[in-house]
Amino acid sequence: MSLVATNFYGLVDGSDSSLKKFLSTLPGVDQVGAEARAAMLATRSIKTTSKRWAIDTAISMVDLTTLEGADTRGKVEALCTKAVRPDPINLAVPHVGAVCVYNDMVGIARHHLDLVGGNNIPVAAVSTAFPSGRASMAVKIQDTSDAINAGAGEIDMVIDRGAFLSGDLIGVFEEIVKIREVCGEKAHLKVIFETGELVTYDNVRKASYLAMLAGADFIKTSTGKVAPAATPPVVLVMLEAVRDFYAMTKTRIGVKPAGGIRNTKDAIKQLVLVNEIAGPEWLTPALFRIGASALLNDLVMQRMKMDDGYYASPSYVTID
Amino acid sequence: MSNRIDIKKTYKLYIGGAFPRTESGRTYEVKSSKGVFVANPCLASRKDLKDAVVAARSAYPGWNKATAYNKGQIFYRIAEMLEGRRSQFVDEIILLTGVTKLKAEKEVSESIDRLVWYAGWSDKLSALAGSTNPVAGPYYNFTIPESMGVVGVIAPEAPSLLGLIDAIAPVIVSGNTCIALASSKAPLPAITFAEVLATSDLPGGVINILTGKSSELAPWFASHMDIDGLDISGVPTKLRGELRTAGAENLKRISSFSAASPDRILAFMEAKTVWHPIGN
Repeated sequence: MSLVATNFYGLVDGSDSSLKKFLSTLPGVDQVGAEARAAMLATRSIKTTSKRWAIDTAISMVDLTTLEGADTRGKVEALCTKAVRPDPINLAVPHVGAVCVYNDMVGIARHHLDLVGGNNIPVAAVSTAFPSGRASMAVKIQDTSDAINAGAGEIDMVIDRGAFLSGDLIGVFEEIVKIREVCGEKAHLKVIFETGELVTYDNVRKASYLAMLAGADFIKTSTGKVAPAATPPVVLVMLEAVRDFYAMTKTRIGVKPAGGIRNTKDAIKQLVLVNEIAGPEWLTPALFRIGASALLNDLVMQRMKMDDGYYASPSYVTID
Repeated sequence: MSNRIDIKKTYKLYIGGAFPRTESGRTYEVKSSKGVFVANPCLASRKDLKDAVVAARSAYPGWNKATAYNKGQIFYRIAEMLEGRRSQFVDEIILLTGVTKLKAEKEVSESIDRLVWYAGWSDKLSALAGSTNPVAGPYYNFTIPESMGVVGVIAPEAPSLLGLIDAIAPVIVSGNTCIALASSKAPLPAITFAEVLATSDLPGGVINILTGKSSELAPWFASHMDIDGLDISGVPTKLRGELRTAGAENLKRISSFSAASPDRILAFMEAKTVWHPIGN
């Protein structure tokens, strides 16, 4: 990855002018078309065996998240236990993709995951002054290296939206490159755009390419603190970006929608988008994640319904 | 006015305080007592029931916490709104069942009076079913009746309005929320009643009304893990055994009744016992 960070896939040379030149070649997003296509794909009916597969796949893609000021050690530990075994009475339910917490909870989460048999589940840490991204570069670097030292396997960094919107693209680019260097081989890097603040689909596309060129392993829609978050058209634009980026570079970048995906129906809609836009190669936790907290209970309840033949009750799944 | 095009009413479901169509897109024909087509109400599916349970469950904490006084006031308000639309209910009952005007008016009057009657019960339940129990120790020991949670109601085929109100009112007066399946032959008064509820300060989701076939939906009521009780007064006797079996799997309380009575309220309540030191 460090190699990529120095030559930027050979597409740009790291200068402001080359970056602007590359991004200016991107076509604009057909807003009406993107929204119509996303809405059309959302009507796909996924039933029986396909639904069962989709539920299990979605569970394995969940980045089980708690990002509250009121988070405690106990809450994070409970979340880790749930991550390993989302339905405690059913061993057939897969574990989630990762546990996503604030910087200071990384060590607690890592320790507890190892304790309860979740050695293979990485801890993702939100970083670079999440959720606003308003801090000096030195603080952002320290924030990231702290998390990695505490055992984070994935870093979810936020971009500086103010800089992006005011046209300082190279500033945003260099920030991502620096954090990429801090991550090195130790941590996967996810770059959060906060699409709700980027205003247009054109900006989402531009930010996607900018982050991918700078060395992101994943591009992520939102922090979950701003609405709208992971709307289907935004995810569609990002999936198109990773698909086209693969055609250019033969490198597959992952996508992580986060925020607003609360039930099984929403999650399955996302999987349909992945399959239809990026392709079935992306239907793996290595390339697609869903940032969520309440979603997992609904997935588990839908799974119970499929197993038992009757509707489940929230009283029978864990309280978040 | 003769060349004016009729504006026909679309009969929809009542879930979470809104009037959605069934997610299934299905409807069925309702005919008048003379066999003439009247309307195409929704043929609700099990997924509509699932949505209604979610609405009822989320409305439960708020409604359960409302004071007995407030619940009684809201009941009285429902009765007032019903009174104001009396003629519409009378017309619908006559159209669908073919009873005389006198009989239809009697049914509506009884429905209104029944609501007022149950309104009065809201603040008398703890006196009726609660108690101070003698215990061997320096403690007060109280038993207090409390609501159960979400209760399903299969309303009888007839009388369509009174039967529905007779089943719903005792369930919610104690603080439960409910999902009611209306009479399938005469569902129009139930949907019009939903319009009354929507304008009477009753929080959305406390009463949810579905229209459809009880043969299709009743088993889903019985097996649903998140419905705590079920009133099967509207289910024919020979079909009740199957529902009781399905409900036993999830420890659902299943009851049926033939008349208005405070027992109907207590059937869907739990007893909570509290110990409190007497001191010296």
